[in-house]
Amino acid sequence: MDEKERDSAVSLNRRNFLRAGAAAGALAAGAGAARAEGADPLITEVQPWANGWGDGVDAAPYGMPIEFESDVVRRNVGWLTADVISSINFTPIHALDGTITPQGCAFERHHSGAIELPKADYRLMIHGLVEQPLVFTYEDLERFPRVNRTYFLECAANSGMEWAGAQLNGVQFTQGMIHNMEYTGVTLRTLLEEAGVKPEGKWVYVEGADASSNGRSMPIEKALDDVLVAFKANGEALRKEHGYPVRLCVPGWEGNMWIKWLRRIEVMEGPVESREETSKYTDTLANGISRKWTWVMDCKSVITSPSPQMPIKHGKGPLVITGLAWSGRGAVTGVDVSLDGGKTWQPARLAQPGQAMALSRFYLDIDWQGEEMLLQSRATDDTGYVQPTKNQLRAVRGENSVYHNNGIQTWWVKADGEAENVEVS
Amino acid sequence: MSKFRNLVIAAALAAPLAAPAHAEKLGLGRPALPEEIAAWNLDVSPDGTGLPEGSGSVADGETLFSDNCAACHGEFAEGVDNWPKLAGGAGTLADKDPLKTVGSYWPYLSTVWDYAHRSMPFGNAQTLSADDTYAIVAYILYSNDLVEDDFVLSKENFLSVEMPNKDGFIVDDRAETEYSQFSKPACMENCKETVEITAHATVLDVTPDNQDD
Repeated sequence: MDEKERDSAVSLNRRNFLRAGAAAGALAAGAGAARAEGADPLITEVQPWANGWGDGVDAAPYGMPIEFESDVVRRNVGWLTADVISSINFTPIHALDGTITPQGCAFERHHSGAIELPKADYRLMIHGLVEQPLVFTYEDLERFPRVNRTYFLECAANSGMEWAGAQLNGVQFTQGMIHNMEYTGVTLRTLLEEAGVKPEGKWVYVEGADASSNGRSMPIEKALDDVLVAFKANGEALRKEHGYPVRLCVPGWEGNMWIKWLRRIEVMEGPVESREETSKYTDTLANGISRKWTWVMDCKSVITSPSPQMPIKHGKGPLVITGLAWSGRGAVTGVDVSLDGGKTWQPARLAQPGQAMALSRFYLDIDWQGEEMLLQSRATDDTGYVQPTKNQLRAVRGENSVYHNNGIQTWWVKADGEAENVEVS
Repeated sequence: MSKFRNLVIAAALAAPLAAPAHAEKLGLGRPALPEEIAAWNLDVSPDGTGLPEGSGSVADGETLFSDNCAACHGEFAEGVDNWPKLAGGAGTLADKDPLKTVGSYWPYLSTVWDYAHRSMPFGNAQTLSADDTYAIVAYILYSNDLVEDDFVLSKENFLSVEMPNKDGFIVDDRAETEYSQFSKPACMENCKETVEITAHATVLDVTPDNQDD
């Protein structure tokens, strides 16, 4: 078989696969949980994948997810912003499991588009109140002692559209401005010590190389504590949409501070009060006064399945309820789940012990008998903070906030297994 | 900043991870040249640090704004479609759906100058001269009824412009206003008597279609 024949054989196999899959799906829906009515042709008949060839090792030098997973993608909300160049999309958290977010479907937020900056042209400048202003190349950064850290990044505006009431019907849209990756890089402290911070340096301004010149100020204490200058995520180079070749990680703090395409670090006496820390990323309270410097992302959780995009299709019986929990102030210590809109709660199972400033995965395994449910999750972190309801947050902040909505999410699961985003009393 | 220190300590206790020992400097990188620092160090602080020499009038700003900014922000800075509105909204911050503009919300004029000069125009950033930026900022102030039509903004008079919402911000107070009330033991049973659905997302029907969007 030559190359061309083999290709057509593979695509024929794919068509057969789709047909067989559809037939099996119809059977399963009719058969219910207990027993098949007849012998399953997927077992009794030789399937194309069991007697033909699959792809050769040269078919995908860098693999993409199989076509059957083509709906597990980032999505954006057209009406949310004026233009897709300065906009945001959402991680398909409804369809993911575990805690690590693949870079290719991790949400993006840029203010002037995702730029292409070659490693060879990369320069990082540290200046301001330092003993020796320095310029580093990418190769220089690779020669500093390296660390590995796993952190979540949550946009301050995650769930922002839900402040005034339930609005978007899918966890991808309501809580999907989040991702969680294992980063490799150099601590910002290491680089600052290389330049030598002067005693009067109290703040650090960090800035990106893209046309938006996005920049944020942070206290020197945070910069010297746990901030990371990262060049790898999940083991590979940062994708361009995540800041290739170098981005900042600011653990537990709002995503806007995680400067992508990092090019400049200025040690200063005070904050710049840039656009992104005054006109945006500030929280207006009911009395018209606004909070600024609301950097920390408070403890939060959400059930990712079942949810509006993940209805229950298997009928009555064993049901896995699962979701994500996180805290910018430390580690998640527990997650409780309510099936009745918050009247009663039961502890869910954490897949692994909570890790500081990283996503935790939780599971609750129940026997569902087709009853309606008002599903909620509620996370607690190691400071003792318990995720509040949306109404508790509104009681403090009013309804004009956009950012930092870490309120409890409710999914109304109906008898047919469909789910809807609702709010409850 | 006591809240902040606590946070850092808590984080340090919670994450006893292996970090490289910090020894002497490694001698990596090279000294940044003064002209390199000048090329990138463009940010402007509230006290005017970073402002270059220059000036610009409302009248010149009107023309420059029309040419460089109005396609998105409107001829009178009132905004087009979903693009940011830069003028109006005075006195609306405590209303439902406040209108946040340079005039009604931005606490520092330095932020306007810095952003226009460093990050705008959208798709053609860092092309405005210092004088052009002073003029455009003067026009935005005029659009917000904060200066007269014969006003000329310059490095010298920059700090004399009063921003209406300069006292409208407080530093994050969640530690005082929220953390204690949200840190009580979690209720597990009989947490409320009744539960009613009070809002449905599907009523609004603004969710993108999964297949097509």
